[in-house]
Amino acid sequence: MAYPSDRKYTSEHEWIKVDGNVGTVGISHHAQDALGEIVHVDLPNVGKVFKKGGAAAEVESVKAVSSVYCPVGGKVMAVNDGLDGNEAAVNKDPHEGGWLFKIEISDPAELDGLMDAAAYGTHAGNDF
Amino acid sequence: MGGPFQESTMRRTPFHEFHRDAGAKLIDFGGWEMPVQYQGILQEHAACRNAVGCFDVSHMGEVRFRGPKALQAVNHLVTNDISKLAFSQAMYTAMCNEHGGIVDDLIVYRIAEEDILICVNAANREKDYNWMKGHNPFGADITNESEQWAQLAIQGRHAIAIGEALLGRSLADVKNYWFTQGTFAGIENCILARTGYTGEDGFEVFLPAAAADIAWNAVHTEGAKYGLADIGLGARDTLRLEMKYCLYGNDITDDTTPLEANLGWVTKLEKGDFIGRDPLVKQRDAGVPRRLIGLEVQKQIARQHCPVLHNGQVVGEVTSGTRSPSTGKNIAIAYVPAALAKVGTQLVVDVRGKEAPAEVVKTPFYTRPY
Repeated sequence: MAYPSDRKYTSEHEWIKVDGNVGTVGISHHAQDALGEIVHVDLPNVGKVFKKGGAAAEVESVKAVSSVYCPVGGKVMAVNDGLDGNEAAVNKDPHEGGWLFKIEISDPAELDGLMDAAAYGTHAGNDF
Repeated sequence: MGGPFQESTMRRTPFHEFHRDAGAKLIDFGGWEMPVQYQGILQEHAACRNAVGCFDVSHMGEVRFRGPKALQAVNHLVTNDISKLAFSQAMYTAMCNEHGGIVDDLIVYRIAEEDILICVNAANREKDYNWMKGHNPFGADITNESEQWAQLAIQGRHAIAIGEALLGRSLADVKNYWFTQGTFAGIENCILARTGYTGEDGFEVFLPAAAADIAWNAVHTEGAKYGLADIGLGARDTLRLEMKYCLYGNDITDDTTPLEANLGWVTKLEKGDFIGRDPLVKQRDAGVPRRLIGLEVQKQIARQHCPVLHNGQVVGEVTSGTRSPSTGKNIAIAYVPAALAKVGTQLVVDVRGKEAPAEVVKTPFYTRPY
């Protein structure tokens, strides 16, 4: 499978799918695979503002905790409450049902520096 | 994402190719390239709790003491009283430095009058051997046999059936912390001990390293009847943590004493002199200042080095923590002042800036149902 081409990726293994001025953020298949089974997700408060690269969320596997950095700056519009008690969705469906939060993008120009699916696939070690 | 994604090439056990072929995720563990997981930590944890698991523990070290002074030499090095051991009996113990800090935690196997085997932690193989050689006033014959032995741990409710099939005899007489020597899966000169690091029934078997392949295949053929799963270090850690078994380097170190670590039950201060006895006696008489306790943590998963707070003050530190796969609770081990070590004490753990309520609870966190 190739990484979905309808979104952009960071070198830190987050993805952002843009719809108008709202970006939905999650972690990539590669990231969830490297982390292992996710048992806890800490999501930001709605309304909180992050800069590009700000640590907005945490995903924890049995062994390790990892920060999720904002691919672009913005204000948190919504979080994926459905993950509460169903954290495994981040493993099973990282690119759709396992999304983490939505942000109102403050500067769309910040999207330009991100990778497309092909570049990210190469970065993350090919397709999956 | 920031996280531990690195893999590396390190020392390997004789079972390395089996791990690679099984698709295990390999990591650097104390200089060893070891499987952290095969199918997934939660699945492997459940397999061990509900059926049976196979762990490659060949990275552990083995040191042999021989000669007329073997018993005296070992008893001088360790905190427990191994003079009480019968032949074919094993004992868990700490080995302390002159300050009463823990050099390592060990299992001592008394094979014969002048023959003792000691199993040491992987990361401490060279450190322990050098320490033992350097503190051998009785002149025992000490050999580092770590390269000669492979070791598998078979743990879970079906483990003993597998052991009996491969040994060709009943293990009913080999009780907890006893061992037997013999031919295992056709391999001569094996040592099978009813010990483990999971809280399950089971055994650990020492095998000549050259026969590792035969043992692996036999264990897996026999184990297939019982749903045997390979278990990596990830589940090994969650399994031991549910039992509050100490992990050297996390929960116990050169700077923690066995009394602080609640290993008083393996610290026999009245057995006669041993290295670290004097400071331990002083600590006991003055009152042990801090204790290693179990915590149940709300909302957050506490991790190693998270500060423990009481009334807004940092009073201790988490040494190990996880989400317990068996109970679903967030569990942790931490050092706290003795006055706050009582079961029921309410504390707070600072989990990366987030304050999580925590309560001192009875341990182990998990008890096997059979």
